[in-house]
Amino acid sequence: MRKYSVFAVAREAMRGHKGWEAQWTSPEPRKEYDVIIVGGGGHGLGAAYYLAKEHGITNIAVIEKGWLGGGNTGRNTTIIRSNYLYDESMDIYEHSLKLWEGLSQDLNYNVMYSPRGVMMLSHNVHDKQSFQRHVHANRLYGIDNEWLTPQQAKDFVPVLDISASARYPINGAALQRRGGTARHDAVAWGYARAASDRGVHVIQNCEVKGIRRGPDGAVTGVETSKGFIGAKKVAVSASGHNSVILSMADVKLPLHSVPLQALVSEPMKPIFPCVVMSNSVHAYISQSDKGELVIGAGTDQYNSYSQTGGLQIITHTLDAICELFPMFRRVKMMRQWGGITDNTPDRSAIQGVTPVKNLFVNCGWGTGGFKATPGSAHLFAHLIAKGEPHRLAAGLTLDRFRTGRLIDEAAAAAVAH
Amino acid sequence: MLLIYCPYCEEERSELEFRHGGDAHIARPTNMADITDEEFQEFFFLRDNPKGLIFERWRHIHGCGRFFNAARDTVSDKFYMSYKAGQPKPDVPGVTSAAATNENTGGNAK
Repeated sequence: MRKYSVFAVAREAMRGHKGWEAQWTSPEPRKEYDVIIVGGGGHGLGAAYYLAKEHGITNIAVIEKGWLGGGNTGRNTTIIRSNYLYDESMDIYEHSLKLWEGLSQDLNYNVMYSPRGVMMLSHNVHDKQSFQRHVHANRLYGIDNEWLTPQQAKDFVPVLDISASARYPINGAALQRRGGTARHDAVAWGYARAASDRGVHVIQNCEVKGIRRGPDGAVTGVETSKGFIGAKKVAVSASGHNSVILSMADVKLPLHSVPLQALVSEPMKPIFPCVVMSNSVHAYISQSDKGELVIGAGTDQYNSYSQTGGLQIITHTLDAICELFPMFRRVKMMRQWGGITDNTPDRSAIQGVTPVKNLFVNCGWGTGGFKATPGSAHLFAHLIAKGEPHRLAAGLTLDRFRTGRLIDEAAAAAVAH
Repeated sequence: MLLIYCPYCEEERSELEFRHGGDAHIARPTNMADITDEEFQEFFFLRDNPKGLIFERWRHIHGCGRFFNAARDTVSDKFYMSYKAGQPKPDVPGVTSAAATNENTGGNAK
């Protein structure tokens, strides 16, 4: 792999950009791998990268039904933060945030991580008590999060309407300055390039159709649209389709898949300095480097794999955006899409072993998986290599739905992840 | 937005009048205090989450207020039918459930 640098750009500029090579190879699958990862999103590609880099396992295939960055990795609103309430959540999201901070250098790929701040608006007494509890919990845990008065919030985001007559009055805000955004598909591409460089096979347009198990019940490989591929270990990280894949090995998960929608506006000059989220009226918004407003809406109430969603969901969010930021009322929306999120009953992820030997699962990231990408991938690699969870992911195991040791972020984080 | 047929009001109404109620045909154990943690997990948390045919509960919360069941396809979001609560799980003509489809693909050694 040729390293990307300012010298590479200069060199290629001199010779008509003819020397750039493919970022990752597209090999035919081998007969057998040490590890097969099902799902070529950020979590799966990242896990392959960390397995190769930190655990010395390079005989890996990442199998992707579609194309890299075509699933939820390329469908989210790219928000990164770690201001969760519970220790288990703070552990993993803060681990992730720390990896985000050095990710571009680590991968030699510009993922455009931008710590521009994530502000969560408080509209009522309950919000205020809840967010201040988050602020205190975070600070006790060594994670930055601070409380702002309405005027301080407006100083940070001048287009915010904090007037007393506002439809959704604002009585304060929580701000995590290290939170921000990143370029989502660059995350998939960067991990794919770095993993491919270490010998990982990235196999696109290859659908997993079955999981084969030996006489002892252990996994022996996967049936795919390119034939049977053997594997000593199979790790599933297929976001909305985790239930579908795991049902092939008779494993039932506590998941339901629902569409989550997002939309972007026409590009504008820089006007919006950070990420603003409002859990109570359900809107979140930032501005991309291209100038588009990136707006996240809610989920539909019913199970669906349709990658679309109800129009009433996005109009509800746009109503809220127009009230919070009156100057955006005349902005035109350009594109809208949906991604299929797999949600757990307690709205915390599951990462762990399954009842089937050598079958691992990374699922349930629900509506908030993008921010977790590097941390989740890093800890998933540890799980796959060692067969047991990393200390930081010890609470995310599948058996918590049997033991009752839930991580109840559902109530803690209201709706937005 | 979905158009949903309420079998009690006997007409199609907008999704806004309805509240989704999760999977249908999940019977609460009558001996709740006696069941094991595994059985409780199965009843309370584990779901098929099928890609394809699903049986689900809806409540006509801004109409008659009653619960009923529906059969729907989770890929097209098309309703096959809705039927009153308490009726047995119906056969949907021409459609097999996603779980049954998996068993028929052969490639999945059990």
